[in-house]
Amino acid sequence: MDMKAFNFLTIALVALVLTAGKAPKYEVGDAVADFKLKNVDGKNVSLSDYKTSKGVIVIFDCNTCPYSKAYNERIIGLNKKYASQGFPVIAINANDPGVSPGDSFEEMVAVAKSKKYEFPYLVDQSQAVAKAFGASNTPHVFVLKLVDSTFKVAYIGAIDNNTRDGASADKKYVEEAVDALLTGKPVSTEKTKAIGCGIKWKNA
Amino acid sequence: MRMIRCVFTFLVLFGAQLCAAQEVRIIKFQELEKIIHTESSQIQVINFWATWCGPCVKELPVFEKLNSQGRSDVKVTLINLDFADQLKKVNTFLERKNVKSETLLLDEIDYNSWIDKVDESWGGAIPATLVINSRTGQRKFVEKELTEAELENLIADVYN
Repeated sequence: MDMKAFNFLTIALVALVLTAGKAPKYEVGDAVADFKLKNVDGKNVSLSDYKTSKGVIVIFDCNTCPYSKAYNERIIGLNKKYASQGFPVIAINANDPGVSPGDSFEEMVAVAKSKKYEFPYLVDQSQAVAKAFGASNTPHVFVLKLVDSTFKVAYIGAIDNNTRDGASADKKYVEEAVDALLTGKPVSTEKTKAIGCGIKWKNA
Repeated sequence: MRMIRCVFTFLVLFGAQLCAAQEVRIIKFQELEKIIHTESSQIQVINFWATWCGPCVKELPVFEKLNSQGRSDVKVTLINLDFADQLKKVNTFLERKNVKSETLLLDEIDYNSWIDKVDESWGGAIPATLVINSRTGQRKFVEKELTEAELENLIADVYN
């Protein structure tokens, strides 16, 4: 093998190894870049629209996953409880409707209407926001705290420790995290695994 | 009338016995842990799935085929993660799909208390598959839908 071919192979191999590595994603403490996505009402919503709140509860969610359905009332409840205290919910659906037809924009509009969502339900059509966050499942929560006009990740993971029944959950991770942030205390559990369905990525 | 009802009940019960592919047993994590840590000459292939999970259902035939080969060196176990109150639905599903691989319904709702014990890399989605060779201590865990070739490769990876 001549040297040029060898060099080319080496470069190709290195490139392959680099791209095979996991994409960067947010960890607790990281600053979150702004995003702008279309809401079910047709208007765009940006994270920067929330600069007057204390933080936000970003939830990657969808219409179709049984875990999302089981958590639906609890997500509505989180917004009811915390929007007025400065931590509103922003729900984002990143599922590719080509893979999961029940997650089309029209179906999202229907769900938001029938469940009377009082918070945005955004469509992440390019899936870029879900990828930037490192969201993998639905529902997958990222509690963001606004610090000096920058949103920083304060909690990543599940809503609570009972996927089936919120009343039986004895660890309400998101509520505990937001309560801690509201009272200026450290978040005791900063990361859990978001049990749920895998986000339906576009077929490559 | 009572007689008819009695005969009918008998037929239903007996018929169900004859036709049922298998009756799924509900287990707790302790039992799954026992399965994972069993000293066995067989390679253990443990697949985590649910009836509502499209990719899981799609890959089931891959595990069924492996199981049907009757290999003495491989044991297939399907761990179902439907909610326990859906047991009837799971049984009906297995019967309809004629699933023969041993299936257990894991009733452990506090996932964060146990999924790291299956594998620390598990992000919490299914399908997921664990392949273990207890003789060598080798194990492979994947959190994605598998093809027949990919499953064979996983088994080969832990073989020696």
